[in-house]
Amino acid sequence: MAYAGSDRAGGTGRMPVTIKILIAGGFGVGKTTLVGSLTEIRPLRTEEPLSEPGAGVDRLDGVERKRTTTVALDFGRITIRENLVIYLFGTPGQERFWFMWDELSRGALGAIVLADTRRLSDCFASVDYFEQRGIPFVVGVNCFDGARRYRGESVRAALDLDPRIPVVMCDARQRTSCRDALIALVEHALLVLRRRAERAADGDPALTS
Amino acid sequence: MPSPDDHWLDEEAGPVVRPYALTRGRTRPAGEALDLIAIITAVRGVRPDPSSVGPEHRAVLRMCRLPTSVADIAADLDLPLGVVRILLGDLAELSLISIHHPIPPARLPDADILKEVVDGLRRL
Repeated sequence: MAYAGSDRAGGTGRMPVTIKILIAGGFGVGKTTLVGSLTEIRPLRTEEPLSEPGAGVDRLDGVERKRTTTVALDFGRITIRENLVIYLFGTPGQERFWFMWDELSRGALGAIVLADTRRLSDCFASVDYFEQRGIPFVVGVNCFDGARRYRGESVRAALDLDPRIPVVMCDARQRTSCRDALIALVEHALLVLRRRAERAADGDPALTS
Repeated sequence: MPSPDDHWLDEEAGPVVRPYALTRGRTRPAGEALDLIAIITAVRGVRPDPSSVGPEHRAVLRMCRLPTSVADIAADLDLPLGVVRILLGDLAELSLISIHHPIPPARLPDADILKEVVDGLRRL
């Protein structure tokens, strides 16, 4: 059996450890390509309620209306060993699917924010999102063919990033390159978690999450 | 609920039934929303009462003979996540599954696990 089934949290032993990592960034930046370079992609459908201004006012009228929208996420899995599995989720790129993000980011170890230097502003929203919620992230600059090669530092400056946040160059089509971006993220998350644990031990009241 | 064979769940068939018909119109599970990476395991040796579970519930139970994540269940059965959560809520109420909630990163037992992840990734 792959995992020891139990509904009790705590304890390590044979308990499965599942790790959630998000792949974020603007629409068409290469999120699907990155997930696909690392693992087999499987579409994951979610049906989300659409916000309706008239909801609850005229119920009969609402029956005819489309109440939900289907959002398809890229989903992949990397098995490190028995009982230790990474789950990758590509976040929906379009802004109208932002409501999905809170659900996806809950309990996430961190995120890779993919950036395209030709359209750097497309990743601002993702950077803001993870910064505000204290979710560890790295910026992966997807080096597209023909795109001017920027130095990590100029991307950092353009994004006004905290100097502690890693900026890595990557090619979403290449497995080792994507893997290295993932390693950079896990190592960064490890540092962030350690820093927070130290601050918590010092009783820092400014601790966010 | 009618109980046709579950052959319509075949990938080629596509959705024949609007998803929330499977859940009798419920769009939210009774309890707290299950995490995408919670691990579900079917309880062994319990035979579900045919009147209380439908073919989709049974499809979920079959998948969870081995521990399986919520996201894997939804992807493999090609059902929307919301539907899967409701089905799992039903199965939990009937004590047919056990749920292992993911450990939040801040409460991972030790840093060694993440180091192991890094080492594992390097071997990819």
